[in-house]
Amino acid sequence: MSAFISLLVRDMRIAVRVGGGALMGALFFLIVVTMMPFAIGPDLGLLARIGPAILWLGALLASLLALDRLFANDHDDGSLDLLMMGRMPLELTVAAKAIAHWLTTGLPLVLIAPVLGLMLNVEMHAMVWVALTLLAGTPALTFIGLIGAALAVTLRRGGLLLAVLVLPLTVPVLIFGVAAANAAIVGPAPFGPPFTILCALSLASLVLGPVAAAAALRAGQE
Amino acid sequence: MIVGRNGAGKSSLLRMIAGLICISAGRLELTGGEVDITLPEQTHYLGHLDALKPSLSVRENLRFWADYLGDSGSAIESALAVVDMVPLADLPAAYLSAGQRRRLSIARLVAVPRPLWLLDEPTSALDVSSQDRLAGLMRHHLAGGGIILAATHGPIGLENARELRMGPL
Repeated sequence: MSAFISLLVRDMRIAVRVGGGALMGALFFLIVVTMMPFAIGPDLGLLARIGPAILWLGALLASLLALDRLFANDHDDGSLDLLMMGRMPLELTVAAKAIAHWLTTGLPLVLIAPVLGLMLNVEMHAMVWVALTLLAGTPALTFIGLIGAALAVTLRRGGLLLAVLVLPLTVPVLIFGVAAANAAIVGPAPFGPPFTILCALSLASLVLGPVAAAAALRAGQE
Repeated sequence: MIVGRNGAGKSSLLRMIAGLICISAGRLELTGGEVDITLPEQTHYLGHLDALKPSLSVRENLRFWADYLGDSGSAIESALAVVDMVPLADLPAAYLSAGQRRRLSIARLVAVPRPLWLLDEPTSALDVSSQDRLAGLMRHHLAGGGIILAATHGPIGLENARELRMGPL
């Protein structure tokens, strides 16, 4: 088994075992979306109109929730030192960790979004489109957050700094994600352009995120 | 052997060689090592922290480091046997004592062959028989042509080891 796969498997295993953070994001997502109709009131038309935006906002916050522990856990128990001494380039190491993180926290959000859409009176066929935009957009959230996690790794209580650093960078993802979802559901703007930009954001962060995060980790060595 | 009082810089020196601290001046060179891989990639670093995940079992912890640091198909079971951890192999690492955690991280050095060992207080938390076993492992490593740099306050069971004494300038 190559180093990349073994790191991926290890991180996923830790995430789904007791004490791992895999379900935390999904649970937070559930709470946000469940509470929203109570706060807004029983106006079904309004809920359906802002439903995609609420789902996207919930997914954004939920995916940031577990991000600050991405490197901090490895830093605290000394694993990060050894990870940096492996034969695999550090960029690939952080990419493996980010993919494991997305598979355990991002992908569950995409999968439960259609169910939660029912609470917001979003129609089932529309939910497929919203889930598709989440599938295209959540990798960008993880890989942009990866940079912040690497920068904040040596700090105690780095979670707050992480949110301040990362949230502004995720705004374009949010804008185009919601734009694509709305275009698919109500129109009249075409679905294609915002969705392609969303995919482009994900692909670009997939490449830039690991490089920037590895540089941040190297610079963070005390 | 690297000796010196607390804060003299023993651990910093080891971390520098392991590539975990940026060097502001000077350079590191390993004579006789492999040319095409970097010094940290030929080095085992055994620091104060054990780099174990509590939710993974003893075997899973060791297998991960063996796969990550070395090649696939490393000798996990024999490494576990060397540190006498076979009966505990399926136990989550969360239940291990400090000495057992230490022994498991020493198993990492056995499972993946690397020429240079950097040991920071290697005998801490180990009982007498484990210290003897570690001394045997170190002698075996040296006999095979390996190098050991150990920061320590007490004897670690190696005869005729050269001593580097660190102190204030």
